[in-house]
Amino acid sequence: MTVAADTRPSSAEAGSAAGGPGRRILALFDRHGVPLFTAAALFYLMVPILVMIAFSFNDPPGRFNYVWGELSLDAWLNPFGRPGLQDAIVLSLIIATIATIASTVLGTLIALALTRYDFRGRSATNLFLFIPMATPEIVLGASLLTMFVGTAQEPLKTLTGGLFFPLGTQTILIAHVMFNISFVVVTLRARMQGFPRHLEEAAMDLGANEWTTFWKVTFPLILPGILAAALLAFSLSIDDFVITQFTAGTEQTFPLWVWGSTRASLPPQVHVIGTMVFLGAVGLVAMSTVYERWVARRDARIAREEMRRLAPATEEGPR
Amino acid sequence: MTRRRWLLPYLLMAPGLLWLALFFVLPNIQMVLMSLSTGTIGTGFEFDWAFSNYVEAITRFPDNVANSLVFGGLATLLCFLIGYPLAYGIAFRGGKYKTLLLFLVIAPFFTSFLIRTISWRIILGDQGAFLGLIRDTLGLVPLNFSIIGTPLAVVSGLTYQFLPFMVLPLYVAIEKVDVRLIEAARDLYAGPWRRGGAIVGGIGGGLLAVGLMLGLRYATLDVEGIVALLTAGAFGAVVGGLIGSFLISEAFVRIIWPLSLPGVFAGSILVFIPTLGDYVNVELLGNPKTQMIGNVIQNRFLQQNDYPLAAALSFILMAAILVAIFLYARVLGTEELTGGRA
Repeated sequence: MTVAADTRPSSAEAGSAAGGPGRRILALFDRHGVPLFTAAALFYLMVPILVMIAFSFNDPPGRFNYVWGELSLDAWLNPFGRPGLQDAIVLSLIIATIATIASTVLGTLIALALTRYDFRGRSATNLFLFIPMATPEIVLGASLLTMFVGTAQEPLKTLTGGLFFPLGTQTILIAHVMFNISFVVVTLRARMQGFPRHLEEAAMDLGANEWTTFWKVTFPLILPGILAAALLAFSLSIDDFVITQFTAGTEQTFPLWVWGSTRASLPPQVHVIGTMVFLGAVGLVAMSTVYERWVARRDARIAREEMRRLAPATEEGPR
Repeated sequence: MTRRRWLLPYLLMAPGLLWLALFFVLPNIQMVLMSLSTGTIGTGFEFDWAFSNYVEAITRFPDNVANSLVFGGLATLLCFLIGYPLAYGIAFRGGKYKTLLLFLVIAPFFTSFLIRTISWRIILGDQGAFLGLIRDTLGLVPLNFSIIGTPLAVVSGLTYQFLPFMVLPLYVAIEKVDVRLIEAARDLYAGPWRRGGAIVGGIGGGLLAVGLMLGLRYATLDVEGIVALLTAGAFGAVVGGLIGSFLISEAFVRIIWPLSLPGVFAGSILVFIPTLGDYVNVELLGNPKTQMIGNVIQNRFLQQNDYPLAAALSFILMAAILVAIFLYARVLGTEELTGGRA
């Protein structure tokens, strides 16, 4: 779209008698003020991240990494050097991995149903999936805790076999899968909206059955979307604090460890791990974007070559 | 096509929806039951239609309720004031960088919520960069001026944390506006908003300044406070009036604004209701006097094990979001809402 040029008033207007200084100020604001504000607001969003990175190189004067002391690489050279920190990170990684796999599978199935079939109750399902995303985290955590604690009493205790109480890794996992499902569905649904259905039809016309068509045509095409959704699920899970605090019992994930450390002593290691997670996530997003671009360019090139080869024979384009 | 085909979408959705039924719907039902029960964690809870829990929830924590509404409201307002021009800028001036700019909006989500809040504690701290600038370099505030532990710090934290939730629905709504409509308005000599902008901007700016002064507790209702309020109100009115009459165009007021209202509504819900339940910002940036409903819920659930009362408080939040969603779906349709968050 050529929006940038369109939003400027034409030069005839800017100079017209009806215009005057008011119009010129407005035009100037539209041309320079809006982009400037946008840049400033985006910078504002980045500031705490930059501070996090900077303070990972800090040697704080006290027990809390709130005030700049002097430049130091200590925390980076010894990123897990606090009691309990390593265990918490390992637990976070395990939970995030399992929750990501489970929620991506469940969410992908729902997204497939929602985008590829027209069925009764589809928009109700869409609305239902939206509700957990809009629900305050504290409510999600509190309601799960209420239910889990409820199973501590008989007869539910025997019925559930103590699966939900006492709280632990399994209850954190249940919660993480739950809040991730909607985000996976929404991400994937957005990616699948412009899906080229005619490719599947072509495969079916060529004699492939539905199963083969799905794995040979559909799945490779939606795979980037699935990976994007999985990446989102992973980062939501590894960063989650509120819901985890309600469902963790005595287990400690990395965010819970950080929370505890804000009370006693906040070491710069927290900022080091935060920086690693951030850079890792951004790196993965960048890599997947570059890969998708590369695939798109390669496909376009192949298509162009085919076109050239087939051009005399057919009028139809490859896409 | 086989006869069983209509079943396929339901089968595909079954496992995921079952999970949500078991671990989202059922817990909420359980929470409603708990909110109407009496008892303690030691003796067990008994369901006995104890509506007194709700009465107690609303009346026992008036300060926390007031804090939640005021801080949440101010944060929503500030998110809107920052988020709207940002979403507008990305939608209309993003060009080919739109995807990258939107990624920057959600980039904070790749850092832990806690660490971002800790960052604000560093920035706004007594020895932090922000006070270093406005207190030491510019001398705008007295030497004993602090931000951490005040409502200002809490509202700043909330505004930052929830800004992306405002920007995304706004962006979706603004992006859809047909540029040709704006061109048509320009062709019909739509210029700066002038008089309307001066009035709306002036009143809005004045009220915002007074609201901030009162809400952030920088002015009380005594003689000195009222003088400060009037000064701030006048200043806000002048700034708001200038912005309204010079920087806002008629094309914007008549076309873009009405078309983006669904996004404004969705964004405001997604910011306001979660802010009510937040307790992290208050714990890290505020003090006991700035505690909100979220702090009460967290404390009752995790420290005092006072489940029925806490469940009643949480369910009030849940009910608020449900009412908002259903009102929205009724008025504007579900597709607008559910397709709006990618």
